Amino acid sequence: MSLTAQLPALQVVVPLLTAPLLVLLRGPVLAWAGATAASLTSFAIAIALAGAVLSGNAIHYEMGGWQAPFGISLDIDALGAVVLLLITGASSLALVSGRDSLARDIDPGRLHLFYAAWLVAVAGLSGIAVTGDAFNVFVFMEISSLASYVLIAAGPDRRALTATFKYLIMGTIGATFYLIGVGLVYMMTGTLNFADMELRVADVTDQLPILVAAGFITVGLALKAAVFPLHLWLPNAYTYAPHIVTAFLAACSTKVAIYVLLRFDFFVFQGNLDAHAVQFAMFLAPLALLGILVGSAVATVESNLKRLLAFSSVAQIGYILLGASFASEAGLTASVVHMFNHALAKGGMFLAVAAIAMRVSGVGLTDIAGVGRRMPWTTAGLVIAGASLVGIPGTAGFVSKWLLLQAAFEQGALGIAAVVVVVLSSLAAVVYVWRIVEQAYFGEPQAEAVTSGEAPWPLLAGVWIAAIANVYFGVSPGLPVGLGESAAAELLRHMP
Amino acid sequence: MEFLGLYNYWVFAVLLMIGFYVVIARPNMIKKLLGLSIFQAAVFLLYITMDKVEGGTAPIIQKGVEDAIYSNPLPQVLILTAIVVGISTTALGLALVVRIYEAYGTIEEDETQQRDLEQ
Repeated sequence: MSLTAQLPALQVVVPLLTAPLLVLLRGPVLAWAGATAASLTSFAIAIALAGAVLSGNAIHYEMGGWQAPFGISLDIDALGAVVLLLITGASSLALVSGRDSLARDIDPGRLHLFYAAWLVAVAGLSGIAVTGDAFNVFVFMEISSLASYVLIAAGPDRRALTATFKYLIMGTIGATFYLIGVGLVYMMTGTLNFADMELRVADVTDQLPILVAAGFITVGLALKAAVFPLHLWLPNAYTYAPHIVTAFLAACSTKVAIYVLLRFDFFVFQGNLDAHAVQFAMFLAPLALLGILVGSAVATVESNLKRLLAFSSVAQIGYILLGASFASEAGLTASVVHMFNHALAKGGMFLAVAAIAMRVSGVGLTDIAGVGRRMPWTTAGLVIAGASLVGIPGTAGFVSKWLLLQAAFEQGALGIAAVVVVVLSSLAAVVYVWRIVEQAYFGEPQAEAVTSGEAPWPLLAGVWIAAIANVYFGVSPGLPVGLGESAAAELLRHMP
Repeated sequence: MEFLGLYNYWVFAVLLMIGFYVVIARPNMIKKLLGLSIFQAAVFLLYITMDKVEGGTAPIIQKGVEDAIYSNPLPQVLILTAIVVGISTTALGLALVVRIYEAYGTIEEDETQQRDLEQ
């Protein structure tokens, strides 16, 4: 067997096995190098897998050679490939550029443990994206969550601890809800394999436990994905985590939960339950619209830069769900493309915040007054990523918002309401991104303004890679749109 | 009869709600973690109950016994994994509470919020 055939397993195994090695290595520089190497390897594997998926071969891998419904199979389709690219890409970019920032935030004696936890988080998140087994998803979800709690609690402020505690309580409740749902489905179908479940649920569609399971799974994953109004853990966790951790988690962690939600709802339930499409839309569309409005509104008045961006994330999760709740090909394409583009924009902005935080005393809006003049390159990167978040033509954010609006116009009355909300929220985005720009370029720096000069070059390079990616995928959006379209076609194969 | 037949499931539902209530209603973080453990234990019971086969015995193959009925071993294996996950979560939660106590001098959620506001 050639090594390339084992890539789906290696996607999880490489970071998972490197993590304990880092604990043995101890030295902070060695640990950083090891973590970065493992993360870049995973990224290369994800690119290879995405290439295979784009050329039309969905990947099926049987763990240990055990046949599918009995053994655990790994299945990677277009949606999984997008999520894998996001996870490993965000992790690699954050690690490559974030060493100086992390060294400032975290006690050097514990850095190797921190990097080990980081890789465990990467392994858990990738595991969710590759596995074809419902219980496996639960285990990987908890692996990644436990590691993320460690990463967030490493924040220098003591409020990181209470934020993590809140996340731990809510995250565990979400995962347990998912576990209950999987148990009920197993009880009725006797299988945990997604592909097998898809066929077997058809025999028991009118049974009550299946409906209850659909409810538990949707609510549990909505909690993990920070869908409004279950987003309460998110703002504080993003605000007080180390800056680089925020950039990594904001780019991928909630999207992975949305990935599982889409997979479960569309593959297992959608084709088999009566009127599930309508219930799914009626449940998620209002929450998505409210999330967009509330998230954007709070972001316009928030004065802490990271918290502002966190509330903007709540709104962006609303966009992703809104596209999905249309349950149409255009809607799902928009949803998947927006997952990708939002990761680029928000990851880039949080990286830029990390870069600015290296040179100023805090991340309040008043702290960054005048940084546009003192660190012009970093701030320019922040502005480009911000333009993508708003959806200015020529940036990645515009592509997915345009797709979303097109999908909404196909939907009739609900669609028009959705269009109004999306436009309002984009205006709000203009306001909150402008508040950042205004402070950065026109704000008067405080008297005791700290050292001037650009951020360390790796961090600056990271910000600019993200900014250039935002422009590149805005001008030639072939890759995300191609993956998004095949993901949408796969998700809808059961729809009447 | 049906009520008694579903006895375990009633216990599951009641335990689940007791755990959930404690998590929501108590500001004390240790008590929240206790509630979370009860909440998870309820799910363990759900899985263990569903694997019971009427007249079934422990799923161990013995020499000379041909026609034995076995309980389904898979949910037990699954829940063993879930128990491990639950222990890890509780351990991490308790470690966090220790750190919170060191940083704030209290483990009441409302008091930690109060102290953050005073700062």
